[in-house]
Amino acid sequence: MIEIFQNYGSDLLYGFGQTILCSVIALFFALILGSIFAILEVMPNKLLQKISKIYIEIFRNIPLLVITMIFYVVVPMYFVKISGFVAGTIGLTLYSSAFIAETVRAGILSVDKGQMEGALSNGLTFKQSMRYIVLPQAFKYVIPPLGNQFVNLIKNSSILAFVAGFDLMYEGNVIAADSLKSISTYMCIGVLYLIITLPLSYYMQHLERKLS
Amino acid sequence: MPMIEFKNVQKYYNNFHALKDINLTINDGETVVLIGPSGSGKSTLIRTINGLEDIQSGQLIVNGYDLLDKKTDINKIRKDVGMVFQHFNLYANKTILENIMLAPKIVLHREDEENKRIAMELLEKVGLASQANKYPSQLSGGQQQRIAIARSLAMKPKCLLFDEPTSALDPEMIGDVLKVMKEIAEDSSMTMVVVTHEMGFAREVANRVVFMDQGTILEDDSTEAFFKHPKNERASQFLNKIISHED
Repeated sequence: MIEIFQNYGSDLLYGFGQTILCSVIALFFALILGSIFAILEVMPNKLLQKISKIYIEIFRNIPLLVITMIFYVVVPMYFVKISGFVAGTIGLTLYSSAFIAETVRAGILSVDKGQMEGALSNGLTFKQSMRYIVLPQAFKYVIPPLGNQFVNLIKNSSILAFVAGFDLMYEGNVIAADSLKSISTYMCIGVLYLIITLPLSYYMQHLERKLS
Repeated sequence: MPMIEFKNVQKYYNNFHALKDINLTINDGETVVLIGPSGSGKSTLIRTINGLEDIQSGQLIVNGYDLLDKKTDINKIRKDVGMVFQHFNLYANKTILENIMLAPKIVLHREDEENKRIAMELLEKVGLASQANKYPSQLSGGQQQRIAIARSLAMKPKCLLFDEPTSALDPEMIGDVLKVMKEIAEDSSMTMVVVTHEMGFAREVANRVVFMDQGTILEDDSTEAFFKHPKNERASQFLNKIISHED
């Protein structure tokens, strides 16, 4: 294993960086998209509810690989040429946003209905009630499951390996083929993923304890 | 002038006919108590007044706004019509003071200094000024309900709706809440609609009593007449039961 780090250190580091970059971008946009669709789904407007439901069901129930391939193969054929990294990051964002939407929605629904009614009858609009009363309380319920979603997202970023995204997994495949040392290579890769995911898991657990 | 006017109002939950042909007028400054067995539709009725429940047909006019008119901005009604709930519904993520100051600040854009002064005055009025910086979960039910009333009053409403405000309280807490409600009722400009099982309160404070059963208004009479001689058979049965229970 040490030999792999010595010989392929710069490749591994590059892949590690790409994995983190992709994860951070996807996490940011998936969180925004997911929260928007979660809020749309609990709005009183039936049409918005439907739209959001359709979005969530589509992206939650198609394999990540298929979504990514559509962006890697189909989109460049008809629209713009995008790199594997971009295609993979878009796929990962959309896929994860559907799960995050479901998580956030469950959080919103776990806030007592009386909180919204109290705010509405106090004169606040639906938007104000959400912003000042319901969402801050939902946030607390959402932290633990959201942490799981974040870890899943980072692991799922290995999808980039399929579309030449030069991430950790991609570099791993290249190094394994080059060095003919598959076992140590993939062990290195595993350790590098753990370096990202374990601190995140611990941080989320810490946050959960702090909030409760 | 009528504050609240129901004309042939019908309300359905899917196939269940919750409110049947409701006709009811409540005038400015009046205190009206709604009574009836559980499931009679009194809570549903009071919740239609500020649009927490929608109605399917008829006409409901509150403070000059038609609730079935799509152009009506429901928030304009809610600004002037406060509500107090059975389970208080104080904001769990805000302190007592913040609970009272939030809506005046973001809905009425009241200046911070004035907002705080009014909030503290109201806390004095309900006898809880010392609790201003606590969170709702740190207070007893009776205290929370008095805060909820103060929160509604901070909006300077024209009308207050009370949906079983004492039903979730321990018996020794009820008196303090009723006392605050009586003080509000004595202010003749405030319109009050109260769903309650507190007959003593009804007799003492209400101008009128409305009796409901199975989604219909069976009797609507002055308080004195209602308690002396309920005209409706069902109302008289209900009254006998509840009063013999109280004694």
